[in-house]
Amino acid sequence: MWIYEKKLQYPVKVSKCDPRMAKFLMEQYGGADGELSAALRYLNQRYSIPSKAIGILTDIGTEEFAHLEMIATMIYKLTKDADVEQFIQCGLGSHYAAHDRALQYKDSNGVPWTAAYIQAKGDPLADLYEDIAAEEKARATYQWLIDMTDDVDLQDGLKFLREREIVHAMRFREAVEIIKADREQKKFF
Amino acid sequence: MQQSQWREWHPYVSPLDPCPPIRVKRYVVPPNQYITFQPMNLPQFPIQEALFRGTLWPALWSPYEAQRGEKGGT
Amino acid sequence: MDQANAENAREERAAGDDAYRRELLEIQKIDFALVELNLYLDTHPGDMQALQQFNQLAQRRKQMAHEFELKYGPMTNFGNSFSRFPWQWIETPWPWQV
Repeated sequence: MWIYEKKLQYPVKVSKCDPRMAKFLMEQYGGADGELSAALRYLNQRYSIPSKAIGILTDIGTEEFAHLEMIATMIYKLTKDADVEQFIQCGLGSHYAAHDRALQYKDSNGVPWTAAYIQAKGDPLADLYEDIAAEEKARATYQWLIDMTDDVDLQDGLKFLREREIVHAMRFREAVEIIKADREQKKFF
Repeated sequence: MQQSQWREWHPYVSPLDPCPPIRVKRYVVPPNQYITFQPMNLPQFPIQEALFRGTLWPALWSPYEAQRGEKGGT
Repeated sequence: MDQANAENAREERAAGDDAYRRELLEIQKIDFALVELNLYLDTHPGDMQALQQFNQLAQRRKQMAHEFELKYGPMTNFGNSFSRFPWQWIETPWPWQV
């Protein structure tokens, strides 16, 4: 069951009116390595993973929805006051034609999100290694997005999201150790 | 602890390359790569700061600055 | 019509202004620590110290959120926060508007 909290996890600020970034940010909204993929991947894997890993998948999956909301906020702030001309100049003309200023789960090329982006193999190591890879891919994507903007405030939110991916990867790697259940590992508890 | 998280490598440059070559490329190795299992009692950032760092623990913190300068010809 | 406008004006002044954002930031800071500790405890269930820290922060947070909600209205839905009349949950600003 999900409760919704009426606040962002991190205070997102956008200082430059540069709708161009909105197009690129879509990569983390509806893209293969984006936050929607992350949330749905982890929450879906929960149903078949060994019980000791359900907690971490539930919690990281939930946090990813909060990150999805942050990306949506960035896109929203960059596009809500833009005019049609700006949309066209920023390569978002097709988006405007289909959606006006609405958001949609598509990547930066307009390719719609698909469940083909996520996997649940039913094998805990396969699933967790996919999760670790997903976190590293998301981290890399945030690095490229940070490279692409000189808006320090926008960078700030993106750096937060990038660091979260590093921490998530850490937790999934720990989950692998827990799944391995080597006698040695019990020392850490 | 804070050895740089950056690594450099040198792509092969051909005399026939059409564009000014990029001679040095860099990538990040974040701290999670060196920790199998986070040990207990690691020092924490103060609560006032942790949100802006993106983590509670300095040991997991990986700063990143925009790499806009990467360009061929140097 | 005028009453609706007056209500809107009052609501715009109270929520979404600098004081609102400042106080919200304090909750965001402590909530972040709670999320971090929650994830950590998911893989370190035997870390007594972390667990105590979590519970202490959770207590403090409950108090902070209560005070915030008295001023600005409910932060959560489905009965996890209370509301005054008229139903406050639907008021702006929503998080992406702040």
